Amino acid sequence: MSENVNDKNNMSSTAESLPSVSPTPHVRDKSTTGRIMGCVLLGLLPATALGIYNFGPRALVIVISCIALCVLFEWGFEKLCKKKSTVKDLSAALTGLLLALNLPVNVPWYIPLVGSFVAIIVIKQLFGGLGQNFMNPALGARCFLVLSFSRYMTDFSYKSGWGGTDVISSATPLADVKNGLGFDLTSMFLGNEAGTIGETSALALLLGGIFLLCAGVITWHLTGMYLLSLVIFVAVFGGRGFDPAYIAAHLFGGGLMLGAFFMATDYVTRPITKKGQIIYGIFLGCLTGIFRIFGPGAEGVSYAIIIGNLIVPLIEKITVPRHFGYRNGS
Amino acid sequence: MDNTKDKKTNPFINGIIKENPTFVLMLGMCPTLAVTTSAINGLGMGLTTTVVLTLSNIIISALRKVIPDKVRIPAFIVIIASFVTIVGQFLEAYLPALNSALGMFIPLIVVNCIILGRAEAFASKNGVFASALDGLGMGLGFSLALTLIGCVREVLGSFSIFGISFKAPLEAAGLSPIAIFVMAPGAFFVLAAIIAVMSVIRDKQLAAGKQTKIKDVRCDEDCAGCSDSSCVHRFYDPDGKDTAVGKKL
Repeated sequence: MSENVNDKNNMSSTAESLPSVSPTPHVRDKSTTGRIMGCVLLGLLPATALGIYNFGPRALVIVISCIALCVLFEWGFEKLCKKKSTVKDLSAALTGLLLALNLPVNVPWYIPLVGSFVAIIVIKQLFGGLGQNFMNPALGARCFLVLSFSRYMTDFSYKSGWGGTDVISSATPLADVKNGLGFDLTSMFLGNEAGTIGETSALALLLGGIFLLCAGVITWHLTGMYLLSLVIFVAVFGGRGFDPAYIAAHLFGGGLMLGAFFMATDYVTRPITKKGQIIYGIFLGCLTGIFRIFGPGAEGVSYAIIIGNLIVPLIEKITVPRHFGYRNGS
Repeated sequence: MDNTKDKKTNPFINGIIKENPTFVLMLGMCPTLAVTTSAINGLGMGLTTTVVLTLSNIIISALRKVIPDKVRIPAFIVIIASFVTIVGQFLEAYLPALNSALGMFIPLIVVNCIILGRAEAFASKNGVFASALDGLGMGLGFSLALTLIGCVREVLGSFSIFGISFKAPLEAAGLSPIAIFVMAPGAFFVLAAIIAVMSVIRDKQLAAGKQTKIKDVRCDEDCAGCSDSSCVHRFYDPDGKDTAVGKKL
């Protein structure tokens, strides 16, 4: 029975031709790790472009340096360990981009460096490289940075756009929502507001997410259940009942769209079966709701997803598909 | 039954590197992870444990023929607890700052597995002098390990070493300490990294034939008194002739 669970481990050994990441029977097709990672990178393009437009040239520098550092660490470590280089499958570049989108624009120069090191070396390569990491590298690195440099990682003041000089220092919209202050749904949807580089525009992230759905890179199960369970959780426990504006603010605010479409769906750290993904999505939605409504901070997507990553092996255990010709449990 | 079969292995040197309690035997993990937020704390904890370990090893070794086998664990605990109380009161009197920094972990030395482990595996079977050396060596190995972990965590997590801060010039250069290293996860990161480096070195020495493989020191071939329920040799006597395993039954 364990072959199913080990499928994703085989990814690293056959990084060029990905047989399947689903339970058996396996069907061969043209999709490769590189193609999937490329699709996700493309899907992140609108959010990245809008983040750079919104936060100015500093954001561009952070995005480029994170990607370059992640690729460099991946290449260097594999060179050092005499392993086959997996730089070409774009997974390190994707980790770098996701890490950059999770950083506020004002971080000092060494935060991308430390973050990339933790993501690629500590979380990914020390556990065996692509396919073996137990946690999403970019999110693990984000949480490492939030715990280590909380002063910089929660400083969301920024200079508006290119050539702007006015420093806007406002709370993130989700913090306003939490504190019962007013919020502007339109700007939360379009993305000209405080936050990390990639999380502010729900519209751009939705566009990318729909692209991934159409390209078949992700399916609705995980993301859909994540968003739906969060909506239900907020409606039940949020204290405002079924208030559409409040629920929309929770959907568009913070890193939810980025997390639900691009991070929770990471092939390595999500469950393999559809049933497992549905359970996983519900778990993430409830956990995010708990963090956002009952926790001390306004946001909880990143912690929810890395805790979710840790229970994935347990989900896989209870969702092992029935073998053809066998009764359940035999 | 004798852990010093290899007569060349000095019990004092043995504990420092080859059978280092923290990095090789993986004993005493609780104080290792909890108190090593700074080098001073690590060193203080290590030396306190060394004192207790050496004294309790000496007394247990001296009384090894008197203590009945069936009640040896309670007897060991009484001896160890006495020394911990004495040392704890000394710390309170003369080093109150260290005492408050280590807090609960001083009385908890009573249940430190290194001390009970050495009492069980070494002191109760060897002479007083060898036991004293073993306690001293193990204790110093533990102190070295804790100080090393404490140094790394202190340097990375609060930009200082042995309480001497070099934070100001680095902060002026725009750097800030990686605070996670003085929190709980940092202890695991540093411990794992040091163990990994030591394993690489040991593997290389093994390959070069410079070191002999270490025996599982916890196995004293007495299955009845062993707590390792996952041991494959537990009560296993395939053809009734095996005298080494489970012979005390």
